[in-house]
Amino acid sequence: MNIHEYQAKEIFSAFDIPVPRGRMALTADQVERAAKMMGGRCVVKAQIYAGGRGKAGGVQVAHHPEQAHEIAKELFGKRLVTPQTGPEGLKVRRVLVEEPVDPSREYYLSITLDRNTSRYCLLASAEGGVDIEEVATKTPEKIFTLTIDPFTGLRPFQARKVALFLGFRGSLCEDCVELILNLYRLCLEKDCSLVEINPLVVTKAGWLLALDAKINFDDNAIFRHWEYHDMLDYSQMDPLEINAGKFDLSYIKLDGNIGCMVNGAGLAMATLDVLKEKGGEPANFLDVGGGATREKVAEAFRIILQDRGVEAVFVNIFGGIMRCDVIAQGIIEAASEKGCTLPIVVRMDGSQVEEGKQLLLESGLNVQCTDFLGEGAECVVRMLAQEK
Amino acid sequence: MSILINKNSRVIVQGITGKAGMFHAKQCREYGTQVVAGVTPGKGGIHVEGIPVFDTMEEAVRITKADVSMIFVPPPGAADAILEAANAGIDVAVCITEGVPIRDMVMAKRVINDSKTLLIGPNCPGVITPGEAKVGIMPGYIHKKGKIGVVSRSGTLTYEAVKQLTDLGLGQSTCVGIGGDPIIGMKFIDVLKMFNDDPKTEGVFMIGEIGGGAEEEAAAWIKANMKKPVAAFIAGVTAPPGKRMGHAGAIITGGKGRAEDKIATLTEAGVNVSLSPTRMGEAMAEVMKK
Repeated sequence: MNIHEYQAKEIFSAFDIPVPRGRMALTADQVERAAKMMGGRCVVKAQIYAGGRGKAGGVQVAHHPEQAHEIAKELFGKRLVTPQTGPEGLKVRRVLVEEPVDPSREYYLSITLDRNTSRYCLLASAEGGVDIEEVATKTPEKIFTLTIDPFTGLRPFQARKVALFLGFRGSLCEDCVELILNLYRLCLEKDCSLVEINPLVVTKAGWLLALDAKINFDDNAIFRHWEYHDMLDYSQMDPLEINAGKFDLSYIKLDGNIGCMVNGAGLAMATLDVLKEKGGEPANFLDVGGGATREKVAEAFRIILQDRGVEAVFVNIFGGIMRCDVIAQGIIEAASEKGCTLPIVVRMDGSQVEEGKQLLLESGLNVQCTDFLGEGAECVVRMLAQEK
Repeated sequence: MSILINKNSRVIVQGITGKAGMFHAKQCREYGTQVVAGVTPGKGGIHVEGIPVFDTMEEAVRITKADVSMIFVPPPGAADAILEAANAGIDVAVCITEGVPIRDMVMAKRVINDSKTLLIGPNCPGVITPGEAKVGIMPGYIHKKGKIGVVSRSGTLTYEAVKQLTDLGLGQSTCVGIGGDPIIGMKFIDVLKMFNDDPKTEGVFMIGEIGGGAEEEAAAWIKANMKKPVAAFIAGVTAPPGKRMGHAGAIITGGKGRAEDKIATLTEAGVNVSLSPTRMGEAMAEVMKK
């Protein structure tokens, strides 16, 4: 789960990780007021669920409150496009007004899951403010990697090694050690999949500061952090994906015109692959899950149909506990209520297959049934071509 | 015999009194598995469908001499259930549960690494040795006893592959669903090693997907050590980067974990990778002929 920079910084503060003074704003007037409170000069930062804002004009310095107002006015409501957002970009609804910071040095610090060792690992580099992936590729020796044993946690002596690697000495070294220990504590207590400070800076005045903050929460742990639900900014998410989430459906919108409904994530990915192989363009990824009920199937179908780009639907349900007649009922319910005339191809395998097929063929819908995956994909692509 | 489970395995179902636990305990027993006990804290002393339920794994293992556990405990308690199984001396723990927090699995894996317990999963369909025993949620009817070992990160995509193999007359020795999470017990490489040493397995089919580096790790090992033919399919060639495709572990991050890269690495290691999910069985048949 994603959160904004300003929210991440609030959490950093709560864990004694120093951040610049700042205030979140929802309107240009609020921005102007915040700028005044900051003493006039400030940085106006668009809050979106993606990085790369700087080059897209999403982070701008204002020299006085009226200028801050103008910058904000132009940003609010704008769709900011960065290399991380995709071509449609993300809408700017919130902005962070921050005191200007004069960094003398920039560093990189993060803690994330290392899948190879199944442990959290800390990455640190004196190359801050740049793309860490690039540093990892070009100059890997500039990155310090520390795999953390969950039995001991991150020990102070290990944090010291990191701080010394980064070139800190004296009291700044102690400050860095404390920051690192706090960051790990945050990562565990808040159930994060990623915490990242890029850049971590030393200001000209000699203080450590997290100039940017990124936190991703582990989706699987949200059940024990109910307050996270209130932190979500729905303006940053696709409305269909939000809807699907409410019904516990795994849905991702894509660009094509063939809607897909599959049971199982791996099979769903493979279904997209085979559609593409047969010359089709999938409109979405949707995993309806193993124990789906008729309601869930109906809801899944409705969500697929809500995508105006969908011109045909491919259902691939294989050998689960799900009864095929129940699946058929769910599809018929949703498709009929919308008066759906789109070509539908259903491939089902499991219990009550013949009953399910019978129901579909008698439903009056523009549906064809098939037993095989490849055949089904070819069929839906062909039906679509014939309609055109 | 094959690997991990067989007709002699004595299975405990942790979370047996829940809907999923109860349903699948019965299904596994119907398949022929020896389901000897269930564990649900607080429900010790009752019987469900004739299966005795205990409060703790320690007691259940002591009394029934069980050696395998199938875990249906919901996410908040799943990692603890894994630890309890390991503590009770279970040989193979199969955790079906999807949604176990990262922090919990980091700790569970750490404990498992130091114990004799083999963990499969979490977020997996389980393990089946066709004709002998099923410890999981897969449909028994698509499987056929034979010589192909199957190892997969997926559930239903595995069933698709197994059906294709069965239809071609290529039965399976053991099918292992290792799960779709970023932190799991046995990885591809661990299962491949077992298949390599198993006299009943003559070929292996691997099903991978985007995210992580497990397929690449396996490829390196296959190149250096594998004595038997391997075929594979990798799902997610069409997956957009940065999006979690259903499984917690199925995500391309920072350009890493792409299907194309896994396909290339496996091919380079001598694995026959099918480029279509419709020709998985065929890919296996091709290399079995040689």
